[in-house]
Amino acid sequence: MNIQKIKSDFPIFKRLINKKPIIYLDSTASSLKPKEVIDAISAYYTEYSVNIFRGVYALSEEATEAYGNARESVSKFIGAALDEVVFVRNATESMNLVANTWGEEHIKEGTSVVTTVMEHHANIVPWQVQTKKHGAELRIIDIDEEGDLKLENLDKLIDKKTVLLAITHMSNVLGTINPVKDLIKKAKSINPNIVVLVDAAQSVPHMKVDVADLGCDFLVFSGHKMLGPTGTGILWGKLHLFEEMPPYQYGGDMIKEVGLYSSTYKNPPHKFEAGTPHIAGGIGLGAAVAYLTKIGMENIRQHEIEITRYALNKLNEIDGIKIFGPKKAQDKGGVIAFVMEGIHPHDLAQILNEDNICVRSGHHCAMPLHKKLGLIASTRASFYIYNDEGDVDALIEGIKKAIKIFK
Amino acid sequence: MDSLYRDYILDHYRHPQNFGTLENPDGASEEVNELCGDRIKMQIKFRISNFEFRIKDVKFYGEGCAIMIASASMLTEKVKGLKEDEIMKLNTDSVLEILGIELTPNRIKCAVLPLEALQKSLILAKKKRK
Repeated sequence: MNIQKIKSDFPIFKRLINKKPIIYLDSTASSLKPKEVIDAISAYYTEYSVNIFRGVYALSEEATEAYGNARESVSKFIGAALDEVVFVRNATESMNLVANTWGEEHIKEGTSVVTTVMEHHANIVPWQVQTKKHGAELRIIDIDEEGDLKLENLDKLIDKKTVLLAITHMSNVLGTINPVKDLIKKAKSINPNIVVLVDAAQSVPHMKVDVADLGCDFLVFSGHKMLGPTGTGILWGKLHLFEEMPPYQYGGDMIKEVGLYSSTYKNPPHKFEAGTPHIAGGIGLGAAVAYLTKIGMENIRQHEIEITRYALNKLNEIDGIKIFGPKKAQDKGGVIAFVMEGIHPHDLAQILNEDNICVRSGHHCAMPLHKKLGLIASTRASFYIYNDEGDVDALIEGIKKAIKIFK
Repeated sequence: MDSLYRDYILDHYRHPQNFGTLENPDGASEEVNELCGDRIKMQIKFRISNFEFRIKDVKFYGEGCAIMIASASMLTEKVKGLKEDEIMKLNTDSVLEILGIELTPNRIKCAVLPLEALQKSLILAKKKRK
């Protein structure tokens, strides 16, 4: 991978703030966008900015085709069938869609939902609400010192009455890559009827993910973390589940036939896509998938292992640092959360910002995990295709500067 | 951009004034910064002179960044002896003036949290009196 060449594909890197370049280490929150994606969005608005599925005129046909192609690109990217890919606003909306349709019908008194302590709030709060509402039980898989899931007692947490296992593929704080494929096998051997939802918001942008290979029932991710536009997300689900589920929202685009007093609905995925969708966003996401495919997901994963290894080595040399999550780069994604003795994460991020080094400080939408780690907040640096060793070196220099200020 | 971390800010962070707790406070309130989870607890004691309530003692306790701790430290120094309504009149600008630095919107909350906790503890104390 030629990182300099990739960097040149991202117009934002031409920008200087206070005459200094941008060192972007927050792709776990949102990725930057390459010119291809920006151009695809711009082309829609400039050349064929009309609604889809409606007109028989050439422009509408063109927009419909482009939006359909985007769905096809996304479905191929994750090894899915075309009618199993629903466009939503973000991964959070995917969870809420499942919680409010499938969850509403299956989470009942006496049942349980199992999730983990390392989830993003999006994969825990909807389940708290649904289990409370229906008198079901929410059970939590804990982690060990290394930040790996404790799976010895899985058969105590999952039983015949467990309807859902909602689990992240990759922690957005620890970077832990969960053994989701094995875990699903084990869960389904305990309870063949369990439905498994995988939060792939951190994995799909960074490694090859194939829904059939994983063996899950739902898989969700966001477009904006994988070079695509904000306001785009994907819910993938098995067709038979989608067919049984009631619609999520009602109105235009999702109906087959409307009478005055009752209506029938389209088949999946359209049944879950009420109203005019984010057409430009979908097309932009299609362009992002094309860009990632061109680079190759195996290459991306390899690059991130290498840069994470480099960063872990350098960071570990700093006195007073504590790094969370798996110790080896190959066991984790390109995410490093840490705390510095005597320097609050906010203050560290502020000092790094003086040199345009963009890191995240706070709880990263994972308050239960931070509580488990005994922290209020941490600093998180994360890597993607446009990061190189120079970015890591800048981070190290920035941390040393903060140490000097706070010593 | 000038560094926020001037020497006096760092001094207050390292050695905060009025850090700790009060026994039998007249009012107390705890506030959380939902952006980062930082929290601060303010406790106050009054003295009454000329039929007016004035701050006799104030202490704060909590975990936070340098900006929050320095703000709490400098604010609590400033408000001792002030009347209730004088404290209720303080706002974001007064806090920034006390701190003597400029902050970006994302950091303003860190600086203002101690004032919010202080004003809430006054309101709660007033309710308790009624």
